[in-house]
Amino acid sequence: MMDQLTEVRRFDSFDLRYVGLILAILGLGVLSIHSVTYDQQGGVAPYYLKQLMWISLGAGAFLVMWVWDYHSLARLAYPAYALVLLMLLFVLFEGRASKGAQRWIALGPFSFQPSEFAKLALILVLAHYYSKAPRRGWLQRVILPGLLMLPGLLLILKQPDLGSGLSFVAVFVVMLLMVGVRSQALGVMLLFSVMLFPFVWEGVWGSLHDYQRQRIMAFINPDYDPGGKGYHALQSKIAIGSGELTGKGLFGGTQTQLKFLPEGHTDFVFAVYAEEWGFLGVFVLLALFVTLIWLSLEIASKAKDQLGALLAVGIVSMLSFCVVVNIGMTVGMFPIVGIPLPLVSYGGSATITTMASLGLLLNVKRRRLSLFY
Amino acid sequence: MVGIEVQNVGDRMASGNYAENESDDFHRRLMVLRVGLLLVVALLSLRLWHLQVWDGAYYLDLSKNNRTRQVLLEPARGLIYDRNGVLLANNVPSFSLYVTLDEVKDREQLIGQLSDLLDLDPVLIRKKLTAKGGKSLPRKIKDRMTLHDAVLIESHRLELSGVMVQVESQRNYPGGGMAAHLLGYVGEISADQLERPEFSGLHQGSVVGQYGIEKFFDRHVRGQAGQKNVEVDAHGNEKREVVVEHPQAGNDLYLTIDVRLQKVAEDLLGSESGAIVALDPTNGDIWAMASRPGFDPNVLSRELTPKQWGEIVQDEGHPLTNRASQGQYPPGSTFKVPMAVAALESETMAQYSTVSCNGGYQFGNRIYRDWKAVGHGAVALHDALVHSCDVYFYTIGQRMGIDVMAEYGKEFGLGQDTGIELPSERSGIMPSTVWKQKAKNTAWLPGETISAAIGQGYVTVTPLQMASLIGTVANNGVSYRPRLVHAVMDRTTGNLQELLTVPRGKIKAKPETFRIVKDALADVVTKGTATRAKSSLVTIAGKTGTAQVAALQTGPEESIPKKFRDHAWFVAFAPVESPKIAVVVLSEHMGHGGAAAAPLAKELIETFIKLNLSAPAATPGDPTAKPARQASEPL
Repeated sequence: MMDQLTEVRRFDSFDLRYVGLILAILGLGVLSIHSVTYDQQGGVAPYYLKQLMWISLGAGAFLVMWVWDYHSLARLAYPAYALVLLMLLFVLFEGRASKGAQRWIALGPFSFQPSEFAKLALILVLAHYYSKAPRRGWLQRVILPGLLMLPGLLLILKQPDLGSGLSFVAVFVVMLLMVGVRSQALGVMLLFSVMLFPFVWEGVWGSLHDYQRQRIMAFINPDYDPGGKGYHALQSKIAIGSGELTGKGLFGGTQTQLKFLPEGHTDFVFAVYAEEWGFLGVFVLLALFVTLIWLSLEIASKAKDQLGALLAVGIVSMLSFCVVVNIGMTVGMFPIVGIPLPLVSYGGSATITTMASLGLLLNVKRRRLSLFY
Repeated sequence: MVGIEVQNVGDRMASGNYAENESDDFHRRLMVLRVGLLLVVALLSLRLWHLQVWDGAYYLDLSKNNRTRQVLLEPARGLIYDRNGVLLANNVPSFSLYVTLDEVKDREQLIGQLSDLLDLDPVLIRKKLTAKGGKSLPRKIKDRMTLHDAVLIESHRLELSGVMVQVESQRNYPGGGMAAHLLGYVGEISADQLERPEFSGLHQGSVVGQYGIEKFFDRHVRGQAGQKNVEVDAHGNEKREVVVEHPQAGNDLYLTIDVRLQKVAEDLLGSESGAIVALDPTNGDIWAMASRPGFDPNVLSRELTPKQWGEIVQDEGHPLTNRASQGQYPPGSTFKVPMAVAALESETMAQYSTVSCNGGYQFGNRIYRDWKAVGHGAVALHDALVHSCDVYFYTIGQRMGIDVMAEYGKEFGLGQDTGIELPSERSGIMPSTVWKQKAKNTAWLPGETISAAIGQGYVTVTPLQMASLIGTVANNGVSYRPRLVHAVMDRTTGNLQELLTVPRGKIKAKPETFRIVKDALADVVTKGTATRAKSSLVTIAGKTGTAQVAALQTGPEESIPKKFRDHAWFVAFAPVESPKIAVVVLSEHMGHGGAAAAPLAKELIETFIKLNLSAPAATPGDPTAKPARQASEPL
C-alpha cells in the first residue's frame, strides 16, 4: 500500500472523473443554450458558440487555478478582493445597465460581471483570513470577517443584484459555520438578526427595484396574475411540468421555442432542459451535480490544511447554493432572484468563475500529496 | 484509499495550526453539510417528480393551450333565394371585435379603454367578458363595427393586448323589410339557447336564426364552424397559423315565394295592419305571405341595446308578429264556406231547401240578427252564400250542432297547426263541447252554437289556415301542407335537393258538394257581396267576411274608435275553372270584407295572372314547373 504513496500522481482517476463530470454538465448546458437560441440573433456569434468560447476561457482559468499553488494564490487574496471591489465601484458609476440594474463592465465586444468574480475573491479572502491565525472570540471570528464581506455585499446589492448578494451571504455563513461558531455567538447573531430585521427589511425592500418586489410578491402566489408578475414562475413551472417523464426532445420544448419562457438561456435554462429532457434527464443532471458536489466535499474533507479545507468548503457552498436556489426558483420553491445555474446557464463571467473555482478545488486535492514531490 | 486516508491524517498533524480536535469538528460539520445538502436535493427531486410525473399531464395541457390561441372560423350562412332565384338573404363582410381573456393584462383597464374608444357601455363589455366560457377562446364583444372603429382599434393595438378585430360575414337582407316575417332574422345565440341540445356544438358569439325561416331552418342554413389555431408567443405575437378545420358554409334555401307577388301583397296592405297569404292550392306552395306592420331584419340582426329592443317589443302595432301565421281572428262569414260543405255532407240541409230570413233568428228569448236588417226572404244554400245570409247559417248551425261543425272544421284544418315551416305558429280555436269543457270547465251553451255558425264567438283562425281552407275547397277537398321551402342546396356536395310536397289528405265529401259551393263562391264575386273583386282578366271565386271585434257596436262606422272596428276578410281562388292560386286578405279594423279586403285580393290575383302569362318560369297549365335557377341578383 505504501508504495503507491511514493508515486507522484499528477493526474489520477479521481481527476478524470472530476473533469468528466464538469464536461458532461457543460455539454448539457451548451445543448440547452443552443436549443433556446438557435433561431435567434445572438449578436457576433450564435450563443452556443459564444458559450463554447467562454468555456475555453474557463478551461484556461481552470488549468491556471489547478496548477498555481493555492498557498501562493491565497497570499494574493486581499489585493484580488481589493481589485474586485474597485471593479464593483467602477460598475456602479460606469457600468452598462440592463433591465434596471448596472452589473456589467464593457470590454470590447464583451461584458463582464464583476459580481461573479467577487464571490471567488470573497472565498479566497475568508479562507486566507481564517487559516492565517487561530481566530478566537466572536470579534475575530464573526465581526472582522463580516466587515470584510460588507463592502462587497453592499456594492453588489446597490447594483442591484439580489442573487449574487444572497450567494455572497451564503458563502460567508457557510464558511463561518464550518470554522465553527460558539453557540453563544450564534445565538447573539440570531437575536441581532431578528431585532434588526424590520429595519433591514425596510431598507432592503425600499432599495429593491419594482420588478424585484414584484417577483417576490409573485412567489407568494404565482397563479394570481398569469399575465403579470407571476408570469416567469408560472411559465417556468409549465415548461418543467410539461416535460413529463421523458421530455419533449431536444428543440421540442414548446414553452421554450415559442418564447413563453423568458431568459431561457440564462437563469431559466434548467426549465428548458427539464422541458426537453423530462424527469429522466433532470434526474441525470441532478445526479451529475450531486456527484460533483460530493467529490468536492471529499476534497474538502481530505484537504491538507485549513486553508485548503476552507477554500474547498467555500467553493462547494457557492456551487451548491447556486444549484439549489436556481432549480428551486424554476420549480417555484424559491422566489425568482436571478441566480444562474453553474456550468449550464449562458454567461461568460459566471462560467469562467465557476470553472476557475473548480480548478482551485482540484488544486487543493492535488496539494494534499505535495509532501511527496 | 486507506493509505491516503492515513497519510492525510499525518499531513494534518504535520501542519501545526490545524489542530486535530479542530479537524474533527470540521469533519463533523462537513457531515452536517452533506446531510443537509442531500436533504435539499431530495426535496428538489420530489418537487420535480411532482411537477413532471405526477402533474405532468396537466402542465402538458397548459403548455399546449399556451402555444396556441384557438380562433373559431365562423361559417357563412346559407343563402336564401325566392322561387325564381332572386336573392333574399346573403352575407356581407363586417368587422367584429374579439377579446381573449388569457392575453388581457388588466381587465378593468381594458373595459375602460374599449368603452372610451368605441363608445360602448362598460357594463355590457364586462358582462361579455365574465360570461361562462374558455379563457383562451376569443369572445365577441361587438359586431358590425364601422371601418372607422376597426381602424381605431387597430391603431391602438399595442395598448390593447388580447384584443383583435376579425373580418366576418354578416347576415344581410337586400330587400330590407321585404318578407321580413318569413325570412326572420339572426342574432347571437342566447345563454338559454346555448344550454339546449339543438344548439350543441355552438358557442358564445355564434349567430343563429332567431325568427322566421332563419330560425326554423337554422340547422340547414347555419353551417359548421371551423377552427384555426394561431401559435402565439408570450408577447401575443402571432407566429404561425394552422387551420385545423375549415368552416363549412350552410345550405342554400330556395323558397316557394315569388318576390314580385310578395312585393305587391305588401304594398297592398300599405300602412294598415293585416295579412295577405297567397298559395298554390295544388301543392301548398306559398306564393306570398305578407304581414303588416313589419320590420327591417337588417336592424334586428344587429346587436340591439335593451332600449331599442324595448321599443320594438312594446310597439302597439306588434311588428314582430307574423299576422299570417300567428294572428288569430274570428273568421266571420268566411266560416260559412266550411259550414256550407258541412251542411251538404252531413245532410243537415239539402241543396235547394230554403230557410226564411226576416232579418233575425230567435233562439230562446234572444234574437240573433242578420247583417241585413230587412232580411233576405226565402234563401237556399247558393243564395245564402252569395248574399251571406246569417239566418240561413244560424238555422243549419242550430240543426247540426257544434260538434258536427267542429268535425268539419277540423277536416279543413281549423283549430290545428297547418305545419308551415315557421316557428311559433298559432292554431286558432275550433270549439266543441269537449273543447269548452276542457278549456273553460263549463258546459257548452246552445246559444254559442248560433254565434259559431257565422264564425263568431269562440271560433278563431289564422289567415294562413283560411288560405289553406279555401285552397282545399278550390282543389276539391285535396289539401297539402303549406310550405315555404321547395329546395335545399347542399353546399358541400352541390346537390340541389327538391323537397317533396306533403299531402295532408282529402276531405271526405262528394265532388258534387264542392261544385255547388264553388258555384256559389263564384257568384259571390259576380253578383254577391264581393263584386268589387270582379276582374276582367280572370274568373275569381271568393267569400267575404266581417269579423266583429267588439260585441257592442251601433251607429255609423266612422264614429267607432278604430281599434273596435271590424276586421275585413276575403278568401278567394282563381281561376274558378282550374284554380291556381288561393288568396286570403285580412285587413284589421277596416270594416266590411267586401269593401276593404276583396279589392286587394283582386289586385293580387290579377298580378299573379299577368306574371304567369308572361313569365317563362311558370307556363300556363304548369305553373309549378321548376323555377329557373338564375344567377342571384340583388334586389
